[in-house]
Amino acid sequence: MPPLPALRLRVYVMGRAMTVAVVQPGGLAEESRALKRALKRVERRRRLRAIGLIGPLFLFLAVVFALPIVLMLHRAVDNPEVVTHLPRTTEAIQGWEGDGTPGEPAFAALGQDLNEAFYARRLAEPARRLNYEITGFRSMIMATSRKLPRGEAPESWKRTFLDIDPAWSEPRYWQAIKDTAQPYTLHYLLAALDLRMTSDGGVVAAPKEQAIYRGLFGRTLWMAFVITAASLLMGYPLAYLMVNGGKATRGVLLIFVLLPFWTSLLVRTSAWVVLLQQEGLVNQALQWIGAIDDPVQLIYNRFGVYVGMVHILLPFMVMPIYAVMRGVPASHVQAAASLGATPFTAFRRVYLPQTVSGVGAGCLLVFILSVGFYITPALLGSPRDQMVSYFIAYYTNQTLNWGMASALGVILLAAILLLYAVFSRMLGLGRPRLA
Amino acid sequence: MRNPGTMRIPGPPPHTPPVYRLWWYAMRLFVALVCIFLLAPILAIVPISFSSGSFLTYPLPGFSLQWYAEVFEPRPWMFALKNSLIVGSGATVLATTLGTLAALGLAKGNLPGRSAVNAFLISPMIVPLVITAVGVYFFFARIGLNASYPGLILGHTALAVPFVVITVTATLEGFDTNLIRAGQSLGAGPLRVFRRITLPLIAPGVASGAIFAFAISFDEVVVTVFLAGPAQRTLPRQMFDGIRENISPAILAVATLLVLVALALMVTIGLLKRRSDRLRGLHG
Amino acid sequence: MFDQIGWRAAVAALAVSALGFAGQATARDLTVVSWGGSYQDAQREVYFEPFKEATGTSLLEDSYNGGLAKIRSMVQTGTVTWDVVQVEAPELIRGCQQGLFEFIPWDKMGDRGNFIDGAATDCGVGTIVWAVALAYNTENVDGTPAGWADFWDVEKFPGKRGLRKGAKFNLEIALMADGVPADRVYEVLATDEGVDRAFNKLDELKPHMQWWEAGAQPPEWLASGDVVMSSAYNGRITAAQKEGQPFKIAWDGQVYAIDSWVIVRGSPKMDEAVEFIRYASQPENQAGLPKAIPYGPTHVAAIEEVPEDVRPDLPTAPQNLENALRNDTEFWIDREESLDERFNSWIAQ
Repeated sequence: MPPLPALRLRVYVMGRAMTVAVVQPGGLAEESRALKRALKRVERRRRLRAIGLIGPLFLFLAVVFALPIVLMLHRAVDNPEVVTHLPRTTEAIQGWEGDGTPGEPAFAALGQDLNEAFYARRLAEPARRLNYEITGFRSMIMATSRKLPRGEAPESWKRTFLDIDPAWSEPRYWQAIKDTAQPYTLHYLLAALDLRMTSDGGVVAAPKEQAIYRGLFGRTLWMAFVITAASLLMGYPLAYLMVNGGKATRGVLLIFVLLPFWTSLLVRTSAWVVLLQQEGLVNQALQWIGAIDDPVQLIYNRFGVYVGMVHILLPFMVMPIYAVMRGVPASHVQAAASLGATPFTAFRRVYLPQTVSGVGAGCLLVFILSVGFYITPALLGSPRDQMVSYFIAYYTNQTLNWGMASALGVILLAAILLLYAVFSRMLGLGRPRLA
Repeated sequence: MRNPGTMRIPGPPPHTPPVYRLWWYAMRLFVALVCIFLLAPILAIVPISFSSGSFLTYPLPGFSLQWYAEVFEPRPWMFALKNSLIVGSGATVLATTLGTLAALGLAKGNLPGRSAVNAFLISPMIVPLVITAVGVYFFFARIGLNASYPGLILGHTALAVPFVVITVTATLEGFDTNLIRAGQSLGAGPLRVFRRITLPLIAPGVASGAIFAFAISFDEVVVTVFLAGPAQRTLPRQMFDGIRENISPAILAVATLLVLVALALMVTIGLLKRRSDRLRGLHG
Repeated sequence: MFDQIGWRAAVAALAVSALGFAGQATARDLTVVSWGGSYQDAQREVYFEPFKEATGTSLLEDSYNGGLAKIRSMVQTGTVTWDVVQVEAPELIRGCQQGLFEFIPWDKMGDRGNFIDGAATDCGVGTIVWAVALAYNTENVDGTPAGWADFWDVEKFPGKRGLRKGAKFNLEIALMADGVPADRVYEVLATDEGVDRAFNKLDELKPHMQWWEAGAQPPEWLASGDVVMSSAYNGRITAAQKEGQPFKIAWDGQVYAIDSWVIVRGSPKMDEAVEFIRYASQPENQAGLPKAIPYGPTHVAAIEEVPEDVRPDLPTAPQNLENALRNDTEFWIDREESLDERFNSWIAQ
């Protein structure tokens, strides 16, 4: 047997030629190991390059997007107000067991803390935190602080407090101070689920007038459901005609779907305000055809929110359905028809099942987007039509109850991620696309 | 990719029973109504923006360009437009650069946990805007970025980036990698291959991504409500206040101009998509 | 699509311009915040523009609808983007106590005695006397609503009603509608039963309500027919009358109050802010405002300057003060936050 010629394997990686192996007869095992190593090296280099390309965006989003959200979640359990601003009281109250009015040391500690915080103009924060426990506590703290003696300590702080407001003898106020004098709390997360913690660590339902959040989450989900259903009802036939209605129809319908899609959300919202207002075109038209005598209210109620949101989200329903429908061969339906199926049966048994993945993707997208909506309900709805997002913004900007805003955010985020994870797996969705 | 059998003469197929004929017409009527629903509100505001009165009702008292004159006054609208353009161009550059690089990286495949990484990169689309906005607001407050252009640009970039990633990724699908190998085998270095082969091929996708990014930033209001100070007030922010308090025809004049912008964006994206399909050898 | 050089140049140019604009962010203009609409238009004419001209200071305007939330979040997050803000009286005292405002350097501002009672405080300088009153569109109302009791009478005067979103003013108005005379309103409201009574009264009208937040909304809604009657800031109604709107004010049961200029704590424009407030508090400058919109001045010398024909439109005109209620700052200082909370959960149900 003549000796085999040496075989050189040259691999081009990103334009750089390299000899990865010189295969010589006789040392095959050795060479194949070398080849494997070389391939691994190439593979590793490719991977590093990929990581190098993705890295900047990954880091960017980690810092500008993920980290802020994680920090916000931390706020949902953070409880610094009383610990920071009423330090003496925090220490003095620990020994108190919750029975009867605390003794002079606790009153003295609170007196000094209040004086100090009031003068440093820092009392608002702990007062607000305590007010979450007992409504009216803030006013009591602020009013008391204004009347406390300055300078020299009084003979009895306890007497001084009770003279200013006898309510200071009630243990529930001191219990509230003790409960909040902890660096972390479950108060906000529980409150967001209409629960509250009792002093002995149990969890009970929140009092009725504060129990509004389960209703709020229910309302949010219900509104998202209605909007999704309405979008599907309107979007499916639209997508169907876009695919099956002929080329000219498709072109026209695409414009009808895409122009609203590209038009600013605020433009569309303001358009609905103009159309739906008391003297707007819709009311004028309804009066003109005699359907109504007096203008009806179409805006600043649930109806207005539904109309505005369906209008904004409909393209998000149509696009995925349209994409899937385009892949359904018309021959299937024709085959069914030629086998004797009526058009209805052919549609139901043959066409519809093949579009389920598009319907699922559209519904998931619309549902998730509508659960998080803020602007449109804020502009077209009444206070009773607001969803969770509105309250997150409200607590952040209006009452500055950042713990509550964060807690609502945690629950909303968890719900959406869960929904997305479950349904995207169930529907076997690939990566999202933009039509 | 045209379906056989999609060509139809207007009118229901011949020899169908009356119930189906009725159904055929009913569906078309229904879709026509949906189309009116989609487009009518956008068109209805256009005439009012030319009204000589200040009410938002028909019939219009007369024709006037006064509201457009108001829009072109320096305050508040041109000021807001300037801010929108500053923030929009900053966010577009950042998002397009970061997003394109990442899409190229994702296309290299065989990355461990690739789908998880991908999910993370597009998660700003899924997380409710208010949550992102509030989180970023608290975070930027700590590092002094609130009420500044850089802060607003960074916030908008985070929201816009998924759209760039998705658009460029879509262009890279069906990308003929043989072209790259051919380039490499001819001795071109990686940068050269990228510039001479990859970039021209994905350029339409990158441009589409950039347009998406700009459109997202240009229309963004939630993050802006939280992050922007009075000096960074953008066009949508200005409109938001106006709609909430009292809509004047000036807002509808802005809206009309924005519809034209939308039209331009839509047409550009359509052309870019066609070009991209052609470059990749697909025929639509 | 891009030739190489053009592409690079474009990116470079955009990057440079983005950085350039980023650099601008650090310096900002004196920002003055008022209540928007026709009132702020008048202020612009009387205070802002002349101030800019007189001092060469560049001034940025913003507007808001009251409350301390925005200011508090600015102070708490250290992002102070407002410098001078016009606030209501209870907010003035609360914000001062809670450290949201700078103290007014009265040595630079002039004698406190030159201002009417309640207009010269530690953190604020009073700027107007204004009122919330019942306004209606004569074209949409049959007859003449005389006061808040008629406001509640949806049989006699059918149609939607507008009230300001928030507890303040509405609780007083509800009690007056329920027959409590103006001088006893706060006495009743001081008890829990009184507050319940006010909310129960508001309950009656809830299905007919449309809540406004911005002062520009009531005249807008009255004109468009969205509401037939509304509580409103008196000056806006007069301003709309001047533009030909058939509006009328029923002064019976009006609630009047003083608004003040404050400086947000931590403002980087402290000197300019003081200078602006000083300018806007000069009697000759204050005297210009009632001519543009009928709100009363707070500087004693300016009150005398108010032209005869404007006086009957002021909340403090003698004939308008019959059965009028002065907004009780002391009452609202301690209760506004908790009552607002109750109001907001009530409204959301």
